[in-house]
Amino acid sequence: MAGSVRGIWVIAYRELLRFVRERSRLASTLGMPIIFMIVFSEGLKRQIGVLAAGVDFVKFMYPGIIAMSVFINAIFSGLSVVWDREIGFLKEVLVSPLSRSGVVLGKALGASVIALFQALVMLALAPLFGISLSLEIVLELIPIVLVLSLSLAGFGLLIGSRMRSQQGFQVLIQMVVFPLTFLAGVFFPVNNVPRWMEIVSKLNPLTYGVDAIRRIFLADEISAGALASSHPIIGVTVFGHTTTTLEDVALVGVLGAALLMGAIFSFNRQV
Amino acid sequence: MASREAPERSEAVNHKQKTPSASEPVIAARELSRSFGRTQAVKGVSFTVDEGEVFGFLGPNGAGKTTTISMLCTLLAPSAGRATVAGHDVISERAEVRRSIGLVFQDPTLDEYLTAVQNLRFHAYAYGVPKRVREERIHELLTLMELWDRRDSSVREYSGGMKRRLEIARGLLHHPHILFLDEPTLGLDPQTRHRIWKYVLDLREREALTIFLTTHYMDEAENCDRIAIIDEGEIVALDRPEVLKDALGGDVVTLRVEEGDAAVAEISARYGLSASLEADTISFNVPRAEEFLPELMRSFSSKILAVGIRRPTLDDVFLSLTGRSIRVDRSTTNQQLRRYVNTPGMKAQAN
Repeated sequence: MAGSVRGIWVIAYRELLRFVRERSRLASTLGMPIIFMIVFSEGLKRQIGVLAAGVDFVKFMYPGIIAMSVFINAIFSGLSVVWDREIGFLKEVLVSPLSRSGVVLGKALGASVIALFQALVMLALAPLFGISLSLEIVLELIPIVLVLSLSLAGFGLLIGSRMRSQQGFQVLIQMVVFPLTFLAGVFFPVNNVPRWMEIVSKLNPLTYGVDAIRRIFLADEISAGALASSHPIIGVTVFGHTTTTLEDVALVGVLGAALLMGAIFSFNRQV
Repeated sequence: MASREAPERSEAVNHKQKTPSASEPVIAARELSRSFGRTQAVKGVSFTVDEGEVFGFLGPNGAGKTTTISMLCTLLAPSAGRATVAGHDVISERAEVRRSIGLVFQDPTLDEYLTAVQNLRFHAYAYGVPKRVREERIHELLTLMELWDRRDSSVREYSGGMKRRLEIARGLLHHPHILFLDEPTLGLDPQTRHRIWKYVLDLREREALTIFLTTHYMDEAENCDRIAIIDEGEIVALDRPEVLKDALGGDVVTLRVEEGDAAVAEISARYGLSASLEADTISFNVPRAEEFLPELMRSFSSKILAVGIRRPTLDDVFLSLTGRSIRVDRSTTNQQLRRYVNTPGMKAQAN
């Protein structure tokens, strides 16, 4: 057990060390969501009016972008495993007395801290986009970001434990992760899209993650009446039931726990 | 100056408490085997390594050296047989084995984006080296490996030899009982190879280490206390290098002659020695060749164009045991060919 705990922090420590030492990664990680935010909000705010009383497109999209950057950072924990395998460093880790569960959870924790850092940077920029913040929002966001990022890291690590090349992982991100992210309702309300897209989006676990974060920002602004409408812009309506924040987080968290266990199992089988 | 007080060392790594007694071998392998699909890479090897020994596995590429070392280091499960390392079973006590060994792989396993010190600290954390011991040990090892001045450089700025030295330092950081070195000098220039060996032999003195290494360089195997010559997954000889060479029956004499077959026959008829013929050169072993040769030349009937005498090398030992030379073995040529094929734009030539 002590070995597991040590494994978690040693591996997480290195993930963070790597993150701050690799300037290009630091810049691209921080820059990407900001660019998305600026381009989409500037480009679309005149085309798209108010989505609900008091909620314009920028306000709607901002939490979605936070969720998206959390996903991408978390998934990158898998890329970090593939990278370690390519440079041989994974061998140094696997032959050490660290437990495999510690290694997996440490990678996940490292990615989560990076994801959280990213979310906090986005929060700091909120005034630039005209988003008002409260302490309550910040305090609610932190645990939710951690649950979502640990879960998504589970997905990344499970894939990473099986992949041999970075190119393969990049292809996976392009072909699977990006489409799923876009279909998760980052840029549009999933309750009011064509039927086929609604089905895909609601089967997509990321949708619930995006919704959990969006609710933190918008739940207070949207009146009960708007929520009760047939196409509420927050909450995911499945079979007539509109999910709550807790349900959103629980769904992603349970799935994430299963993925993390799968990743640990997969690592245990190596060497 | 790094101090080297004994109490600190024994506190550093608790597994040291279970020190095998002098009579008990540090490594013991019995009928160790490993198959990959239908290929049997290691075919039931048995050997023991004593405390403080430098023990070498010598053989051509593909002979089963890395497979054996991987099994001893718990990186690969044996298909059959068993082994103990530092008194622990490599199958049922993997964690204990891992804590007692230091390992330097054939391929680099450093994080090149981190500095030397960061790589070493990571290792210290992973092996639970206490802080007090850690910084002193890092200083000591980096000084020994002559890397202290470059301790805060990213490893990607290091040369191949520096990287290898850093890996050796890292392998020793947690005060292992046994240091495993898989082809420690592969791909390094002769000068660097020489230096690495100096460090390794120094370390053995300083740290009371047992060293297990693999190599396909003959001259390096000479540095070992004992070597096991391995070919096609089997140990074909195991002894001290001098004993193996002496078993060949003295010095190696080479004669370049006009008629090789006749000369071989004459050597056999007159002295009862069996000589081998390669192109126009015959070679055979004889004790005290410097006295034997003048006597031979006085009365030899075939015409001799050139003569040579040398002490036998381990390559001669390998040749006499397997009928092949290590240097021109098949697998090396295959590997070179593969590298050639993998080079972009070279496909046409290789086909």
